[in-house]
Amino acid sequence: MILAPVAAIGRSTLAGLAALGRIAIFLVATIAAMLRPPFYLREFLQALWAIGYNSLPVVALTALFTGGALALQIYEGGARFNASQVVPSIVAIGMVRELGPVLGGLMVAARVASSIAAEIGTMKVTEQIDALVTLSTDPMRYLTVPRVLAATIALPVLVAVGDSIGILGGYLVGTGRLELNAAAYLKTTVEYLTLWDVTSGLIKGAVFGFIVALVGCYFGMNSERGAQGVGRATKSAVVTASVMILATNYLLTELFFSA
Amino acid sequence: MIALSGLHKSFGANRVLRGVDLTVPKGESMVVIGGSGTGKSVLLKCILGLVKPDAGTIRIDGQDAASLDRDAFLARFGMLFQGGALFDSLSVWQNVAFRLLRGPGKRPKAEAREIAIEKLRRVGLKPEVADLYPAELSGGMQKRVGLARAIAAEPEIIFFDEPTTGLDPIMAGVINELIREIVVEMGATAMTITHDMTSVRAIADDVAMLHDGVIQWTGPVKDMDAAPDPYLQQFIHGRAEGPIESVR
Repeated sequence: MILAPVAAIGRSTLAGLAALGRIAIFLVATIAAMLRPPFYLREFLQALWAIGYNSLPVVALTALFTGGALALQIYEGGARFNASQVVPSIVAIGMVRELGPVLGGLMVAARVASSIAAEIGTMKVTEQIDALVTLSTDPMRYLTVPRVLAATIALPVLVAVGDSIGILGGYLVGTGRLELNAAAYLKTTVEYLTLWDVTSGLIKGAVFGFIVALVGCYFGMNSERGAQGVGRATKSAVVTASVMILATNYLLTELFFSA
Repeated sequence: MIALSGLHKSFGANRVLRGVDLTVPKGESMVVIGGSGTGKSVLLKCILGLVKPDAGTIRIDGQDAASLDRDAFLARFGMLFQGGALFDSLSVWQNVAFRLLRGPGKRPKAEAREIAIEKLRRVGLKPEVADLYPAELSGGMQKRVGLARAIAAEPEIIFFDEPTTGLDPIMAGVINELIREIVVEMGATAMTITHDMTSVRAIADDVAMLHDGVIQWTGPVKDMDAAPDPYLQQFIHGRAEGPIESVR
């Protein structure tokens, strides 16, 4: 009786680890499928459009408001020890290293992992996946590989756009609302930003893109029957992709920036 | 010829197939009947390799299915799924020509479209339907498109999974007739699973009844009514009383 809550924690931990293991097996199968023809160019381009281009508005808006809020916060916080002039460089570094890729990844997880899981899940329950197999088409190569490749390529581009718009958001708030000098703002932004700050963020973006599509496909392919099954697959895809993005972000930050 | 022997398949504790032995002669139309949940679909999926059997062998023209090249093996089959299983993201003609647009049997786009339109015409659909999407079609039309897709690459063996489920009696009659005509015309080996007795009488050369994971009775359709098997008689006459109820 007393042990029941502990047992429940144990059960869910084991279930979580088992799911992680199955995702790892799915990852190996995806990479194996990527290396062998046929390649489906049309499906890849469609996925690139759906994942990349169609995610631009949501990523741009997120970045714009985050950049603006970040400028306000840094200005406010920096004023306490007379360092409000660090606003441009902190906004830039914060956006390109951390907030651009993480928020971009999370927004894409919400938008793309969910739609991939729901689409493939519906295909699974309506036997479209079985139909693909009977038509001599490997679902891994036809459905998973194009989406994973497209997301891995699209997300760094989205992150780059998000970084720029985020910095612009900071600039607009910094110069419009906080009355910082426009020329000095731009100069400081460029001066303190290194190439590695930018590329590390883009690498994070590529990894997050890979995770988002992989997890979306995994939960779609393993969806249970009925509307509830597809609903559960969609929810699990978003939650798992988001948590994996945050955990991987920490690991990558350790790897890239710990001395 | 399709020859199944000792086919077993369990899902957890649920033993669905418990030693299925069945032979479908080349060019014949076999209909497998049985109640819902008796494993008819699992049987078809085992043959196609969509579900891996736990034990038993599947031979196609004497060759073990497990030892054959998968793509070449599947190229010999066409399948009409219960709900049609049309790809929502593709237009009707791209669905029908799916196999002709990719893979080893790839044809030029214009030729594939022409074949698709011809197959659509064969199942009674006008060429205007070709550019519609599956969501714009009625249930009966979706079944016809599914049928056109199943026969597009001229397979030797065609599977029909509950071809008349969800259709009104007239449309069901039309689909039954089409299946019969096409199978005869193509000289294909057909295997249909259904619990619709009208369909059985319209499509079958031979009938097999799956019950309790084994083939309870099999024989030519003309012998079905006179067969003494109580399970078969209860099923074909749809009686609530009989041995099947006691098992349930």
